[in-house]
Amino acid sequence: MAWLTTLPWGQLIINGIALGSLYALTAFGIVLIYKTTDVLTFGQGELAMFSAFIAFTLLDRLKLPFPVAFVLTLVFALGLGAVVERVLMRRAQQGSILNSIIVTIGLALVLVGMAGFIWGYEVRPFPDPVTGPPFLFRVSPTQNLVLTQLSAVILAVTLVLMLLLFAFFRFSLVGIAMRAVAQNRVAARLMGIPVDRINALGWGVGAALGAVTGMLIAPTNSLFPNMMGDVAIKAYAGAVLGGITSLPGAVVGGLLLGIIDSVAGFQAPELRTTIAFTLLVIVLVIRPAGLLGRREIKKV
Amino acid sequence: MPPLLQLENVEAHYGRIRALKDVSLEAAEGSIVALLGANGAGKTTTLRVISGLLRPTAGAVKYAGQRVERLSAEALVRLGIAHVPEGRQIFPELTVGENLRLGAYTRRDRAGMEQDLQRVFALFPRLRERALQHGGTLSGGEQQMLAIGRALMTHPRLLLLDEPSLGLAPLLIQEIFRVIQEVRGQGATVLLVEQNVHMALSIADYGYVLETGRVMLSGAPDQLRANAEVQRSYLGA
Ligand SMILES: Nc1ncnc2c1ncn2[C@@H]1O[C@H](COP(=O)(O)OP(=O)(O)OP(=O)(O)O)[C@@H](O)[C@H]1O
Ligand SMILES: [Mg+2]
Repeated sequence: MAWLTTLPWGQLIINGIALGSLYALTAFGIVLIYKTTDVLTFGQGELAMFSAFIAFTLLDRLKLPFPVAFVLTLVFALGLGAVVERVLMRRAQQGSILNSIIVTIGLALVLVGMAGFIWGYEVRPFPDPVTGPPFLFRVSPTQNLVLTQLSAVILAVTLVLMLLLFAFFRFSLVGIAMRAVAQNRVAARLMGIPVDRINALGWGVGAALGAVTGMLIAPTNSLFPNMMGDVAIKAYAGAVLGGITSLPGAVVGGLLLGIIDSVAGFQAPELRTTIAFTLLVIVLVIRPAGLLGRREIKKV
Repeated sequence: MPPLLQLENVEAHYGRIRALKDVSLEAAEGSIVALLGANGAGKTTTLRVISGLLRPTAGAVKYAGQRVERLSAEALVRLGIAHVPEGRQIFPELTVGENLRLGAYTRRDRAGMEQDLQRVFALFPRLRERALQHGGTLSGGEQQMLAIGRALMTHPRLLLLDEPSLGLAPLLIQEIFRVIQEVRGQGATVLLVEQNVHMALSIADYGYVLETGRVMLSGAPDQLRANAEVQRSYLGA
């Protein structure tokens, strides 16, 4: 086990947290949609990818500065999510749970097809939101920790978004109402809460979180219709690991998978996904409800 | 003056099951009306129709001089109908304070909301003490207080209560019934579904007895108590 002590742990964990932030943001969107609307969506990665293409168009064709394109893309994603709820999910949810899951899978396929049709299937470079030398932190005379500017941006954006969402759910009336709808839909209706509109908002915010992920991951992974495949799988694993009903759990699960990915990827790159999923299975055997999930959430 | 609430020949279905066949009833403004009946008679369904959770398949619901049977639950809350459902249905993972705040979701009159919050705390001092606790950690009686308090935060003109005494100790039941009378004293109209027929008739101005989706009997509490059928089925005589 000598290799355990020779690993550059600090660096691997920093890289893992940066990578895990992206899983966490995607997982957060999945859990948010699941909690508010009761639908486990399999279209989250594709919503993210589609939004990344929108951002690309704004940046590359319209030559908008990154922050402006970022905000416009968020607005687009918010609307796209709401339209998806309105046009597809509200109808699909009249039927069984299986119906809505299949509809989200269909949504994913349609989005990939549309992106391919509009922008083509070739792999494109996506502009870096920041350029410049990486930050170096000296931890010992012989060792520096490296944080690229992109990773720093990813970490900062994740942190700010988490704080904003935390405050939104804790203090704003609409945020509290979203939690209420997730806990008891009938009681929420009896309070005069417009449950349909809250569901649309859940999808909108979920899609916007996906858009953030898409825009932050495209600079590293490049832009193409299937770019989110690996991230999305890890995000689902993160959501399940954290306990599919827990928003903080999604963050913890996503970050944890990022770190596992980074450490395992350094030691045995070809095994990193296998190791991540083995750990997932072990956790679920020990704690079927996930790390921070509840065994059962009462729904009426 | 026409009654605040009027149901005319209401029929309602769950899928193909006809839960209400023919229900007509009235509640005068400022009164307490008891809705009695055996399990499965349709009491809860009647309240669900009034609060807009269930669309009737025939008949009319009139409230404050207006046909309302096609309005959404959301719209009816804004019109002043508050429904405390069977089994309390509080939000277990929100705090007591957050539960109460959602009661006022549709309101924008800050002064009135604050006044109603103080009114709820005066009626149920226990809720003030537990304001930061999660709803799910309250005792059954406290959850019932929260459910009623949350409904009062909508500032209802018509309060629908579905078996508020269910599962509570006698002392708590008395407290709940005292509050119901106090709420009426403050101007609200109350439609009260109860299994506890003695208690319900002791505070009601009028009562209806439902049986398999129809009104079988109605009358003032004295008349209902004197009725042989009611005595046999509900008063254990
Ligand atoms: N969700 C539902 N789906 C199908 N049938 C239902 C549903 N809810 C109630 N029913 C049926 O409708 C009828 C009336 O039910 P309701 O709940 O209104 O009775 P209740 O008088 O409130 O009874 P209880 O005293 O047990 O609460 C019953 O026959 C019941 O089985
Ligand atoms: Mg009932």
